[in-house]
Amino acid sequence: MTKEPHHEHTHEHAHSLLPSEPALRVRAIETLLVEKGLIDPAAVDALIDTFSNELGPQNGAQVIARSWIDPGFRERLLADATSAIGELGFTGMQGEHMVAVENGDHVHNVVVCTLCSCYPWPVLGLPPVWYKSLEYRARVVREPRAVLAEFGLTFPDDVELRVWDSTAEIRYLVVPQRPAGSEAMDGAALAGLVTRDSMIGTGLPMTPEAG
Amino acid sequence: MDGVHDLGGMEGFGPVPIEMGEPLFHEPWEGRVLGMRLLMGFWGRWNIDANRHSVERLPPAEYLSNSYYEKWAAALVNISVEKGLMTRAEVQSGHSGAAPETPPVDAAGVLAFMPKGRPTSRQIDAEPTFAIGDRVRTPSHLHSGHTRMPRYLRDRVGEVVLHHGAHVFPDVSATMEGEAPQHLYTVRFDGRDIWGEGAEPGHNVSADLWESYLVPAA
Repeated sequence: MTKEPHHEHTHEHAHSLLPSEPALRVRAIETLLVEKGLIDPAAVDALIDTFSNELGPQNGAQVIARSWIDPGFRERLLADATSAIGELGFTGMQGEHMVAVENGDHVHNVVVCTLCSCYPWPVLGLPPVWYKSLEYRARVVREPRAVLAEFGLTFPDDVELRVWDSTAEIRYLVVPQRPAGSEAMDGAALAGLVTRDSMIGTGLPMTPEAG
Repeated sequence: MDGVHDLGGMEGFGPVPIEMGEPLFHEPWEGRVLGMRLLMGFWGRWNIDANRHSVERLPPAEYLSNSYYEKWAAALVNISVEKGLMTRAEVQSGHSGAAPETPPVDAAGVLAFMPKGRPTSRQIDAEPTFAIGDRVRTPSHLHSGHTRMPRYLRDRVGEVVLHHGAHVFPDVSATMEGEAPQHLYTVRFDGRDIWGEGAEPGHNVSADLWESYLVPAA
């Protein structure tokens, strides 16, 4: 993404070259923090780079794929997710205490943080806007079926919906069911089927045909 | 505190704003806010609980109308002034009124920190009061400080489904007067017990609740 508007020739509509109000305010804040020696701007760059390239749902997808092909790993993941996920090198900030919750034929799990925006950074990266939205936080604990329907997911009444409200430093990872038709696939191919939303519980993995 | 941040179960909200192909940041300044907020924590003047409380204490209308990273930016300035890392005059003028400090962490330092994080589990001598399978009741009233006991689960009975050992207690930790660790449990509440007979069929909600929030259910 370019930072300079005059390089964005792909935009067909005319737009103001004036930076947005929040952009100006944030620049003023950063300028002050740097002038006071409170932060190192290179450390801000490093964090943005980490969230852009290291942390994200591609990590969680590896965890899920491994659980599908390695029964011992699945068992360890469900018993002590922090340590099992750590085996794959995904540890640290906002994933210090992980719990994996497994979907089944009659159980579907979905995760929220009604009080703020808690989300397992090492395996999923930063949350999408909808996860942090007032709408999702208010509604998914009260009408999970209606909310999941907005994501295209519907369940019969005999499927138990388990909503996990992340009110402490425990971070939840949903383990979706392995899709039918994926029996011959290896770990890397399986990881390609695992979507971010399937690990939050607002989606399902892709099917091999669609993937 | 009975804040607007405590959104669970509030009615009147519209569809979830799902965006296909959403970028990591919608504008570059959002990433700067994220980075600044993480880095300023390294001064040790506040912790994650005090940090959350700074967002909760934004004016309610701002909390409901501003974007996520706008809230973070506003709360960061507020808590920085509150905790003495900068002054109102500096915020107003945009210029430092003092000799520059040395940042507590550089790029290499923060990159080394991220895979470690800040675990909140603690060893305590007290035995857990509750066991998995116990029925417990949540409080009907709470204090006006920071808490992680959501309003929609007040005065409800649920079942302990997980025990996580002891963790730092946010209600105390947010005041920066100690960690006061307590046993932490995941408690599952049936949808009908929370929302009444009009609840959607077949759902439950689990929340992570500290021991002092809970009493045995009769």
